[in-house]
Amino acid sequence: MTEAAPTPALKIENLRIALPKGSDRPFALDGLSLEVKRGEVVCLVGESGSGKSLTAGAIMRLLPEPHVHVAGGAIFVQGEDILAKSDKEMKAMRGERVSMIFQEPMTALNPQKTVGWQIDEVLRLHTDLSRAGRKARVIEMLERVHIPDPASAYHAYPHQVSGGQRQRVMIAMALCLSPGLIIADEPTTALDVTTQLQILKLIRELQEQEGAGVLFITHDFGVVAQIADHVVVLKQGEMVESGPASQVLNAPQHPYTQALIASVPSLTPPPAKCFDAAPVVLKGTGLTKTFAARGGLFSGRRKSVTAVDNLTFELRRGETLGVVGESGSGKTTVSRIVTRLLEADSGAVELDGTDLLACSPREMRAMRKHIQMVFQDPMASLNPRKRVVDLIAQGPIVHGENRKKARAQARELLELVELSPAAANRFPHEFSGGQRQRIGIARALALRPKVIVADEPVSALDVSVQAQVLRLLADLRDQMNLSLLFVTHDLRVAAQLCDRIIVMQHGEIVEAGETAAIFADPQHEYTRNLLSSIPGRDWTPPKSATNAA
Amino acid sequence: MTMAATDLPPPEPSRPVILWRRFRRNRAALLGLFLFAIVVIMALTAGFIEPDDSLRRAGVPLTAPFINWDTPLGTDQLGRDILAMLFYGARISLLVGVVATLISIGIGIVIGALSGYFGGWVDDVLMRITEAFQTIPSFVLLLTLVAILGSKIEWIALAIGVVSWTAPARMVRAEFMSLRDREFVDAARNLGVSNTAMIFKEIMPNAIPPIIVYASVVMALSILLESALAFLALGDPNYASWGNMIGQGRAVLRSAWYCAAIPGVAIVLTVLSFSLLGEGLNDALNPRQKK
Repeated sequence: MTEAAPTPALKIENLRIALPKGSDRPFALDGLSLEVKRGEVVCLVGESGSGKSLTAGAIMRLLPEPHVHVAGGAIFVQGEDILAKSDKEMKAMRGERVSMIFQEPMTALNPQKTVGWQIDEVLRLHTDLSRAGRKARVIEMLERVHIPDPASAYHAYPHQVSGGQRQRVMIAMALCLSPGLIIADEPTTALDVTTQLQILKLIRELQEQEGAGVLFITHDFGVVAQIADHVVVLKQGEMVESGPASQVLNAPQHPYTQALIASVPSLTPPPAKCFDAAPVVLKGTGLTKTFAARGGLFSGRRKSVTAVDNLTFELRRGETLGVVGESGSGKTTVSRIVTRLLEADSGAVELDGTDLLACSPREMRAMRKHIQMVFQDPMASLNPRKRVVDLIAQGPIVHGENRKKARAQARELLELVELSPAAANRFPHEFSGGQRQRIGIARALALRPKVIVADEPVSALDVSVQAQVLRLLADLRDQMNLSLLFVTHDLRVAAQLCDRIIVMQHGEIVEAGETAAIFADPQHEYTRNLLSSIPGRDWTPPKSATNAA
Repeated sequence: MTMAATDLPPPEPSRPVILWRRFRRNRAALLGLFLFAIVVIMALTAGFIEPDDSLRRAGVPLTAPFINWDTPLGTDQLGRDILAMLFYGARISLLVGVVATLISIGIGIVIGALSGYFGGWVDDVLMRITEAFQTIPSFVLLLTLVAILGSKIEWIALAIGVVSWTAPARMVRAEFMSLRDREFVDAARNLGVSNTAMIFKEIMPNAIPPIIVYASVVMALSILLESALAFLALGDPNYASWGNMIGQGRAVLRSAWYCAAIPGVAIVLTVLSFSLLGEGLNDALNPRQKK
C-alpha cells in the first residue's frame, strides 16, 4: 500500500535545532514539520532570526556543529532518513539527491575557477561520464538555464558574468544531476526586480520539467505570491501557520501572519495630494557625475562611467519625491550629489535659492543643517564608539548649539521617534536594526532640516519593522512639513510613501510624474517592465486581515 | 508593534569590564600580563636592590650564581652584581621601549591618518617617503643615527622610534582607508563636521584597537633593537642594560656562561610578555567577539 503513494521529496517531522548556551533562545527551531511533494514549491517564510536558513542547513547537514545541532525530530529526503547517514553517505547525497541554491552567487562560486569548471566538478564527483560527455552535459545545462552563448560562458570566470547570470550558473550547478529536492535559500534577494522575476520563472520552469520538489526560503511575501504552492510561516523558530498559498496569502489565520501580510505595502498608491501651491525647496538642474578610475603613475586614465546624466528635478515643501531604479541606475549617486557627499561634475542644486554646489567648504558646512540624510545601513551609519545621545546631539553641537541644551533636545527627539529615554546612554550595537534606523532619523531631525534625503532607509529591515519605520517617516514629514527625497529600489515602498517619483535607468530619467499616474499608466518601456516585474503583482495583500481576526 | 520597537535589551556591563572578561579568557595573555608585571616591579624596585650604583664592584669577579648571597645571581668579569644590573636593565628596557613606541606610533598615526584620510596626492607623497624609509634596513639606519647623534640613552630611544614608524604608519593608513568609506563618516560629514574633528573624533577611536595591539609589537622590537645596539657596544655605557650585559658576557661565554645567559633570559621573557599581551589585547579589543 505504501508503494502507491509516492514518497515526498522532503519530509520534516518535529525538527528541533539547539542553539549554544547563552543565546537568546534555547532552540533556533522548535517543532517544525513540513512536507515538500514532488513537483511542488513550498515557501518557508519568516523574518530574520526566525531559523529559516538553519532549516536549510539541517537538511543539507551543514549546520555549524557541535554548537548548533539537531536536537530532535527527523528529516526524510526522498524517504531516506538523513540524520542517520554517515558523512560519506551524505556527501554522495548532496548534489545528487538534494542540492542548494544560495543567496549570493558571487560568494558561492569560486572566483578562481571558470564557470564551466565548477559545474564540471559536480559531474566529475558524482558520475562516470567521460571528459567530452561532461562538457556536453555542462553546455546543455547552461542552455537550459537560458544563458546566452553557453560555449563562451563555459570559459568565463564568475566576475565576468552579471549577477543574474551567476545565479543561473548556480541553478545549472544545482540541477545538473537532476536532484529530487532543491533548496533555494533567498535566491533572488540580491538581485534586481527584473532579474528576480526571470530567475523565479526559471526555477519554476525547470522544476516543472524535472518534477523536483523545491523548498524556497524567503522573507518576501511578493515572491511567495509569485511562486509558492504551499506556505509555511516561521516566527522565532516556531511554525505558526502552514497551508496552501492562496489560503495563507489571502486569508491568514494566525495573528502573526496577519500582521506580516498587513505590513506588505500595497501596490495601489494612495490618492495624490496637490503640491502645486507649495514653494519649491530643493531644485536640481543639469546634474552630471562621471566616475573616472584614477590611473596609476605611468598608466593613463581608465574608462569612465557616467553615473548620473543631466538630471533635473524639483522638490516642493512637504512633498516626497521618490527616486526609483535598479542597481547601477545612479539613484544613490543622486542622493550623494544632492547632499554634496560626492562632487558633481556640473549642474546646480538650489536649496531655497542657494546653489549648494557653488558653496565654499565653509559655507557648505553651514548649509548642511538644512539638508540632512538618513542612510541605508543603520549599523554602518552610526559611529560604534559613540553613545546615542552624543550621536543625535552632534549635529546641533557642531552648528554652535550649547552642549547641554543639545543633549536635552536629543532626549526629546528619542521620544519623538518612539524610543525609550533609557536609550540615550547606550551604544548603537545594543539596538535592533529598526531601533538603529530610528536613531538615524532622530539624528537627521536634530538640526531641524528643510529637506531629508533618505537613501534606501528601510531596505535592510524586516517587513514588519519596515512598515513601522515608514509610518514614522511619513508622520514626521507631515508633522514638521519636511520635504523628502526618497531613494529606493522597492516599488511597493515607493507606491505608498512618495507623492511623485522619477524612474532612473543608466543615470537618466526615463519617466517622472505623480506616483498614482505612473503606477496606473506607465509611459516608458522600462517603467512598464519594472512594474510588471514586481513579484506577486497580481496579489493584493488583504489589508482588512488584522480587523477580520 | 510600537511597544516592540521601543523595548530595549537589558543594559550591558561597562566597557572595561567587558574588555577584562575577554582578556581573561586567554590564558597565555594572563601569563604575559604576569611577566610584564614582574618587569615593571623590577624596574620600580631597582633602587631597593642597589641604592648606590648598579655598576660598582660588588664582589669577586666571576662569582657563579647562588654562591655568595650578597650577589645572588653572581658577578661579571668586573665584579659587578648581575642581579642589580638586571633590575636597572629593566628600567632602561622599559624606558627605551615606552619612549620609542610612543615616538614611532605617534609619527605613524599622523602620517598614516593624513595619508589614509585624504588619499590622492597627499597619500602619494607620504607613502613614497614611507617607502624610502622602508627600503633602508632599519638596523643599518639605526646604527647610522646613533653614530651621528651619539649613544646617549635619550638619543637611542629617539633613534629607535624614528626607524620603526613605517609599519604603524602603513597600518593606520589601511585602517583609515577602510573606515573613511564607511557610512558613519559620511553621516558625520553630512552634519558639517570639520576634517580635523573627523580624523580625531570620528575615525580615530575606531582605528585605535589594532594600533594598541601593534604598539605591543613595536615595544618588543624596540627592546630588542636597544639590546642589539648595546651588544655591539653602541649602547649608553653609563647605564646597565641587558644588551650591554650580554655583549660583555660574550667574552667569558665558555667559562662563565651565566653572565650572558641571565640577561638573555630576561630579554626573551620580556619580549614574550609583550607578544602574549598583544595577543590578549587583540582578543579583548576585537569587536567581532562577544562578551
